[in-house]
Amino acid sequence: MTTNLLLFKITLLVYFVTTILYLVGVIARKDDFRQNAVYLLIAGFILHCITLAVRWFSTGAMPVASLHESLSFFAWALIGTYLLFYLRYRTVMLGAFITPLALVLMIIGTSTSAQAPALNPMLDSWWFPVHVTLAFLGHAVFAIAAAAGIMYLLQERMLKSKKFSGLFYRLPSLDTLDSMNYKCLTFGFPLMTMGIISGAIWANSAWGGYWRWDPKETWALITWFLYAALLHGRLTIGWRGRRAAIFAIIGFCFLLFTFFGVNLFLSGEHSFRNFTGQ
Amino acid sequence: MHIVIVGLSHKTAPVEIREKLAFAPTAMEQPLRQMLKLPSVAEALIVSTCNRVELCAVTKDPEAVVSELRLFLAEYHEVSPEEINDNLYEYQGEEAIRHLFRVASSLDSMVLGEPQILGQIKTAYGYAAEFKTAGLILNRFLHKAFSVAKRVRTETAIASNAVSVSFAAVEMARKIFDRLDNKSVMIIGAGEMCELAARHFVANGVAKVLVTNRTFERAEKLAAEFAGKAIPFENFVDHLAEVDIVMTSTGAPNFILGQRQMEEVLKRRKNRPMFLIDIAVPRDIDPKVNKLDNAYLYDVDDLQGVVQANLKERQKEAGKAEAIVEQEIGQFHQWLANLEVKPTIIALRQKLEEIRQQELDKTFGNLKDLSTKQRKSIEAMASAIINKILHQPTTLLKRTQDDISGEDYVDAVRALFDLPAPANDDKEIKPLDDAEVTG
Repeated sequence: MTTNLLLFKITLLVYFVTTILYLVGVIARKDDFRQNAVYLLIAGFILHCITLAVRWFSTGAMPVASLHESLSFFAWALIGTYLLFYLRYRTVMLGAFITPLALVLMIIGTSTSAQAPALNPMLDSWWFPVHVTLAFLGHAVFAIAAAAGIMYLLQERMLKSKKFSGLFYRLPSLDTLDSMNYKCLTFGFPLMTMGIISGAIWANSAWGGYWRWDPKETWALITWFLYAALLHGRLTIGWRGRRAAIFAIIGFCFLLFTFFGVNLFLSGEHSFRNFTGQ
Repeated sequence: MHIVIVGLSHKTAPVEIREKLAFAPTAMEQPLRQMLKLPSVAEALIVSTCNRVELCAVTKDPEAVVSELRLFLAEYHEVSPEEINDNLYEYQGEEAIRHLFRVASSLDSMVLGEPQILGQIKTAYGYAAEFKTAGLILNRFLHKAFSVAKRVRTETAIASNAVSVSFAAVEMARKIFDRLDNKSVMIIGAGEMCELAARHFVANGVAKVLVTNRTFERAEKLAAEFAGKAIPFENFVDHLAEVDIVMTSTGAPNFILGQRQMEEVLKRRKNRPMFLIDIAVPRDIDPKVNKLDNAYLYDVDDLQGVVQANLKERQKEAGKAEAIVEQEIGQFHQWLANLEVKPTIIALRQKLEEIRQQELDKTFGNLKDLSTKQRKSIEAMASAIINKILHQPTTLLKRTQDDISGEDYVDAVRALFDLPAPANDDKEIKPLDDAEVTG
């Protein structure tokens, strides 16, 4: 096992333990468990940074060229974004949704080949890391929006039905969750937009055309429109709360499909196969 | 020394009995002094609130003290002992420690987790300290109880979540709006509960208060109280879009606010959420309003339900609190056991005996040519020195063991001779903080 793979596995293990801490903390109502989970998560994140840096150093390219690498990068962006949100909102509960998601991404990552791909020389441009980084950061921010959306729906249902579970006392207020939704949108949407634009520029330099309607591009565009509609609705006609939460959840489902579904079910220039020119 | 508690509470006695046996909070000197004069009582403390009376004594003879305390309580209040016999409970030793820790932590309160009881015990202790009826053990015991209560309060959520309807309203508002300082309230009609809840909202920082009433003067009067604005009842609906929280309690026989109107209001507010509290019976607001997105309508029963849920939540936290109490009992019990006079004297003698043996060994090691007789007489001399030294402290310890000051000597002897330290985690004993609420 290479150093790099070892680091990856240790990171995964830390995320796994963190997830367990979170779940036990939420289910068994142990507040100190959840607080410790946050500290452990910070440790895991630092480890993850090292993992990615080692990988970058050893392959000489940004580690987003294979499915394995990009899953790990996605998980990293997700945890990093959550920790930023934690600094701002101090919502421990959000981590209980985000960490399991990052863990799942990492587990899928182990089942894919960790072999460092020889990058298709055609794709070797500095637009490539820019495009991928922007796209993944956008994904991560929207994942937070979706998690906040789920929390909003749970909390809202309890407030409406007037039946309160233990979760009610630990979830943040509706206002906080809704303002997270808005914050995510204002950060995520520009990131995604720039991700698409940088991708188009890169495509032009690589294939000589800005837009080729390959499945990933099409799905990304649909998702972009969805978020554009939500942003528009929020800013002009007072969409908020429940509707915004549902939109954020649907939007993230589309994002996930764009990321996984297109690679698995449809083929196109974005399929990782093509990256290595096999 | 043993700690004994004889008392009664809302769990064992109806209010008719409790009021008969309560001590006036302003005249505690006399009962405390009388209690201290009882033959077996070495230290005395009386906790008397509307829900409980507890006589807490430190004694050498727990059996005797129980009947003395029972009799004292009855005679002091001029009731027959038989009359109250069934209402009294008694705790000794570890059970007494547990009982006071639980009471101070509000685990034995009528409303679990209510904050007053700790203040009441602090006041009671204040009197016992003032009139010098509390000695070393009660001082330590009460401070320990305060620190246990503090731990329970900070480490469990037993005191969080409102258990009154008006507080519950504020708490629900927080769950919706997070912050109340930039929010506004409209009060429709005037009822006591409405006013009380409005007071809580203002105390929690609500920025603006609008008041409306069919009688405009009454609206103006109430508005003046909250530095708010009175608006005519005829067009209160026009102002609804400006406010985030609405509280109604009018005597109107029909709904004064319907679903259609609220839909309109929410649209004008661009769907910013609204919290509506309908305290009126019959209700003022059409319950269908709750089905509208971003409108949260609570009537009295709903708030009552919130209170019930909160109480259940407190109940779950009580388990954690009991565990904390159990942890702390052991430590205090150990400390108390170490204050016994007899084991202290034995430990002291052992300590000196050890020193004697060591020094004799050393001396005999140097003087190898001593005869048996000479050795015997040196040994005897060392023993005599120890006995002479021990005589006065031992007599004093034995003589004072029934006094209020007895444990002070035990504690001092243990410290001076570095006898195995009583387990004690109170790093410092702070002076009594000013007592909280009494009543």
